[in-house]
Amino acid sequence: MNPSTTLIYDGSFNGFLTTVFVAFDEKLNVADIQKNSECQNGLFSETETIFTNVEKAKRVWNGIRNKSHNAIANVYFAFLSETEGVELMLYTYIQKLMATKSGKQLDYSDGIVLHISQLARKVGREKHRMEAFVRFQLTKDDIYFANIEPDFDVLPLISKHFRDRYADQQWLIYDVKRKYGIFYNLDHVEMVSLNLSDIHHNKTVKSDAFKPEEYDYQTLWNEYFKSTSIKSRINPKLHTQHVPKRYWKYLSEKKEAV
Amino acid sequence: MDFDRIQEKLNILADAAKYDVSCASSGSDRTNKNQGLGNASRMGICHNYTSDGRCISLLKILLTNHCIFDCAYCVTRKSNDVKRAAFKIQEVVDLTINFYRRNYIEGLFLSSGIFKSPDYTMERLVAVAKKLREEENFNGYIHLKSIPGASDELMYEAGLYADRLSVNIEVPTISGLKLLAPDKKHEDFTKPMLKVKNEIVRYKSERKIIKSTPKYAPAGQSTQMIVGASGETDKDIMYSATYYYKTYQMRRVYYSGYVPVADDARLPAIGSQVPMLRENRLYQTDWLLRFYGFAVNEILNNDHPNLDMDVDPKLSWALRNLHHFPVDVNSADKRLLARIPGIGMQSVEKIMKARKFRKLNWDHLKKIGVALNRAKYFTVCDSRHWERRDLDAEKIKGMILQTSSGKFRNQYSTQLSLFN
Repeated sequence: MNPSTTLIYDGSFNGFLTTVFVAFDEKLNVADIQKNSECQNGLFSETETIFTNVEKAKRVWNGIRNKSHNAIANVYFAFLSETEGVELMLYTYIQKLMATKSGKQLDYSDGIVLHISQLARKVGREKHRMEAFVRFQLTKDDIYFANIEPDFDVLPLISKHFRDRYADQQWLIYDVKRKYGIFYNLDHVEMVSLNLSDIHHNKTVKSDAFKPEEYDYQTLWNEYFKSTSIKSRINPKLHTQHVPKRYWKYLSEKKEAV
Repeated sequence: MDFDRIQEKLNILADAAKYDVSCASSGSDRTNKNQGLGNASRMGICHNYTSDGRCISLLKILLTNHCIFDCAYCVTRKSNDVKRAAFKIQEVVDLTINFYRRNYIEGLFLSSGIFKSPDYTMERLVAVAKKLREEENFNGYIHLKSIPGASDELMYEAGLYADRLSVNIEVPTISGLKLLAPDKKHEDFTKPMLKVKNEIVRYKSERKIIKSTPKYAPAGQSTQMIVGASGETDKDIMYSATYYYKTYQMRRVYYSGYVPVADDARLPAIGSQVPMLRENRLYQTDWLLRFYGFAVNEILNNDHPNLDMDVDPKLSWALRNLHHFPVDVNSADKRLLARIPGIGMQSVEKIMKARKFRKLNWDHLKKIGVALNRAKYFTVCDSRHWERRDLDAEKIKGMILQTSSGKFRNQYSTQLSLFN
């Protein structure tokens, strides 16, 4: 039997897929898969560093997709959850998937299969919430700008949604936690990494980065938000269940709550 | 734009529109075209929730709250002394576009009080939608209210621009309508519905032959009725809903617990409780009819004209029909699985997938997400114990109530609280 190996990759999704390729190709006994930024050597395993190779990654991607579209989505979503140890679980999941005749026949009473699909669901929910809770503010250079701070790395997942929706305006969505954003320049979406020092929460203090009428619309929206509530039916618990408080600081209608 | 004046109008006309419960922005497949603005998301997106917990996904406003009618249940009724206002067509268009660009909303829900005549009002609603679609190249969601009594021609045009049309029947029985809305006739509601239904059917069949046929009200029609204003039973409400689902192919019927807004001898007094639990049970029943394959007379009939308040309608049905149980989760067909209390449609799908690999036991079911506290009395699986033993309906109900903790539980508990 092969000695067990810990595989180190660069943290990207392509890097992870390459790792899976190498592990299958060399029939490795995988002890763990770790990002190079946070690796820890095991006592009884060797380490091997994997260099990202798009060709190899593509082959794994296509291999999974040919088994099942549902599975490829699960793998990508669960990967973006950034959960500790998710790589090894995904590796096992892919092994199981490849062992089946058809990817549709996955066993939901199996711990790993269930766990991966639950992780993917969590990320899916966060994606959906970000599509809802992004609040653009119009800057003086005519760019609609928004800050978000999602639990999972969902920017790659929401880019298509916003491109389809706002095809005629320039926009930038910036992930405060991960310090990068996606920018649409009226033609295509590109990834931009910047380090913003001034985070535009929905502070009551007006910033001159934005057009003056921006604040008028925020006030209108804020007031609208208040006048739609029916007082005799107020239910704060239900409200926070739908809109968890961690999102409030970026919602313009919640200004006073900050 | 005069923001202060707009602000004032918005406050008045959003406040008056909030009793309309429909907020769906789903079910339309309108896509962004010619690099325009907006794209209707099939699943719909709630952008926030009001402090009473309802979804905000559309800018929901009245065009005006001037009204020539005097319906007892309505804040906007002619005899009510409230501030009145009216939006200009362009103002509504600007608000919608600017809110949409900031990702506040999925689109517009436009209703109106009836001023001058039904047609005069409907014409203006249609004009807003037309302007949004043709001048602003807006592809977001538009929900227009059909004004009772509006002409067929206007209803036809409305469907060309709107994603959804709705007319609220408000009072589920014809006798109730006579009492509470003496100015309105039953036909005023049903005539526009029929027109829209027929057009939807016609456009769908044309689309099969000519792909480029434009969309006609792609998200269909909906309606709403008030619950607890005119003394109707749950049976009246659900039979009436079933009728509207069948006859007019409604996508949704909404149930709205009556919020007292008027001092009127015909209605519950101001300050009386909104029947939220009853509303909740009606929605549960609606779901059972639409997604779980129940027929309305299985749940509500002359022996049971009202829904139980202490248990949900599926459990209530199961307790009355113990002879169907226990159901074996490892062999039962989909239809039967869906009838087990504590097993929802998502669990049904997972069970069907998982049981191809092994016989499922209590542990598996729990992991899948089944509410075992209810399900265990109605199922057998690959575990030795069958929890029901020889319990009767009353005992099962008692045991379930003891172990459950619903949000309305304390309202129906007979147990006195020790520390209060």
